[in-house]
Amino acid sequence: MQDFIQHIINGVSLGSIYALIALGYTMVYGILKMINFAHSDVYMVGAFAAYYFARFLGIENNPGITTLITLLVVSMVCCSLLGLAIERLAYRPLRKAPKLNILITAIGVSLFLEYSGQVVFGADPKVFPEVMKDFVLFKIGDIELKSFDITVLIVSVIAMLALEFLIFKTKIGRAMRAVSSNASVASLLGVNPDRIIAFTFIVGSSLAGVGSVLVGMKYPKIDPLMGMMIGLKAFVAAVLGGIGNVGGAVLGALIMGLSEEMVVAYLSSTYRDAFAFGILIVILIFRPAGLLGKYSVEKV
Amino acid sequence: MSSPLLTAENLEVFYGSIQALKGISFFVNTGEIVSLIGANGAGKTTTLRAISGLVPNKGQISFAGQNLNVVPTYKRVSLGLAQSPEGRGVFPQMSIYENLEMGAYSRKDKTQIKADLEMCFELFPRLKERLSQMAGTLSGGEQQMLAISRALMCKPKMLLLDEPSLGLAPLVVAQIFEIIKKLNKEGMTILLVEQNARMALKISHRAYVLETGRIVMQDSAENLLNNDEVRKSYLGI
Repeated sequence: MQDFIQHIINGVSLGSIYALIALGYTMVYGILKMINFAHSDVYMVGAFAAYYFARFLGIENNPGITTLITLLVVSMVCCSLLGLAIERLAYRPLRKAPKLNILITAIGVSLFLEYSGQVVFGADPKVFPEVMKDFVLFKIGDIELKSFDITVLIVSVIAMLALEFLIFKTKIGRAMRAVSSNASVASLLGVNPDRIIAFTFIVGSSLAGVGSVLVGMKYPKIDPLMGMMIGLKAFVAAVLGGIGNVGGAVLGALIMGLSEEMVVAYLSSTYRDAFAFGILIVILIFRPAGLLGKYSVEKV
Repeated sequence: MSSPLLTAENLEVFYGSIQALKGISFFVNTGEIVSLIGANGAGKTTTLRAISGLVPNKGQISFAGQNLNVVPTYKRVSLGLAQSPEGRGVFPQMSIYENLEMGAYSRKDKTQIKADLEMCFELFPRLKERLSQMAGTLSGGEQQMLAISRALMCKPKMLLLDEPSLGLAPLVVAQIFEIIKKLNKEGMTILLVEQNARMALKISHRAYVLETGRIVMQDSAENLLNNDEVRKSYLGI
C-alpha cells in the first residue's frame, strides 16, 4: 500500500511536467488549429539556456531556491523569445496558407532546432546544473515526500494557476479565448489577432521553459534530442484530454504520468512508452475528440 | 446636407477567380438607416465584410472622412464602425457578460462602459437576467440581441447589421426591428443587410437592391416598397 501511494506521488509529479509541456501544444492548437511540433525543441533549448547561464554565473553546483528561481526565469525568457521568433518567422507568413503547409513547416522548424542544437551544443549529453538537493522533506508513515517531487508539484501548480488566472480572469485572456473561438469576429471588435497569437506563443513557450528546468532537476542529463520523447508524450497527453482544451491537457498529462509510473512499477519499464502510445490509439478509436474535447458540429 | 458618413466607390471583391462584387458604389448619411437588400449570393454580406476589412477589395471606402483601405480591421472599430456579423458570431464558450466586455475591448472609459452596459440591459432586459450564462446556450433571438448589444458596446458612430432576422421567429424579428428603429431615433446611423426586404424597407430611409454583385436599383425605401419590380422579386406580391 505504501508503495502504491509512493508511485502515485511519483506519477503525479511526472504528470505535472507533462502538463506544463502539453499546455503549450493545446494553447497553440486552440488558437491556430495547428500542432506546433517545434514546441518540444523550444523546451530543449530552454534546458540548454539554463545550463549555459548557470555555468556563466558559476552557480551550477550551488543548489538552492535562488538557483531554481534564477534558472526558471532564464529558461522562461529564452523559451518565450524563441517561441516568439518561430511564430514571427515561420508561422505568421503562412497565416493564410493551407493547414498542411503550416504543419510541414512546424516539422521543419523542429528538425532545424534539433540538428542546429547538435551543431551548437554538441551531440553528447551534458549534466544539468544541480538545482536542488534531493532529500526526504518529510515522511508520513513509510511514505517519503522528496524535495524534488514537492518542488515539481509546487512550481507546476503555481504555473497552472497563473495560467488559469490569465486565461479566465484577464482582458488579454478573454481576447485569447475570443480569437480562439472566432478570430475574424474578434478582430471586428478591435482585437489584433496577430498580437494575441504571438502572446499565446510566449505563454506556451515559457511553460515549456518551466518544464525544462524541472526535468533537468529530476533527470539531469540533457541533449539536443531530449525534447523528442517527452514532447511526443505531452502531445499525446494533450490529445488524450481533448486538444485545444486547457483543463483537458492537465487531465491527460496526469493520466499519462500516473499510468507510466504504474506500468514501470507493476509491469515492466520496457512497456512504458508502448503503454503511453497504446492509450493514444485507444482514445483515438473511442473518443477521437479526447476526454474533455467536444465534437464540433458543423452547421451547413 | 454635409458629406456622407460612409461612402463606397467602385467596390470590387474577388473570392479566388469569382468576382463577388462588381464595382458597387453607395453612401450612408449620418442618422440614416440604409438597407442593402437582395437574394442569396447577391453580395450583401461581402459588402459588409469589405467595409470592415475582412476581405481585400479594390475600390475606395471612406468613413467619417478617413480612407478605410489603409486601416486594418481591428482598428476600424475605434473609428466608430461596429458590426453584428452574419450568423451573429457570439463567442459560444463565453458568458453573456464576457461577450459584452469583448465589445468594449478597445475602450478605456470605464464609467462610460458601465453606462453603456446599462443601456444594453434596458434595450434587452433578457440579457441582464442571464449574465453568467454561456452565450452558446442562448436561443437564436437572444444571440442576435447579444450580437447587437456587443456591437453597441463598441460605442459606434455607425452600426453594420448583417441579417438580424435570419432564422428567427416573426415575433422576435418584429421586436428586433423595433429596437433598430429606436436606436436610429436616438441618433445611430445604421447600414442594414437583409433578405427580409419588407421588414428592412419598412424601417429604412433609403435602400439599394443588389443582384449578383451589382446595384440594380436605389431609391428611398418608400418608393422601393411601391416599385412593381421590387414587389414582384423581393416582396412576393
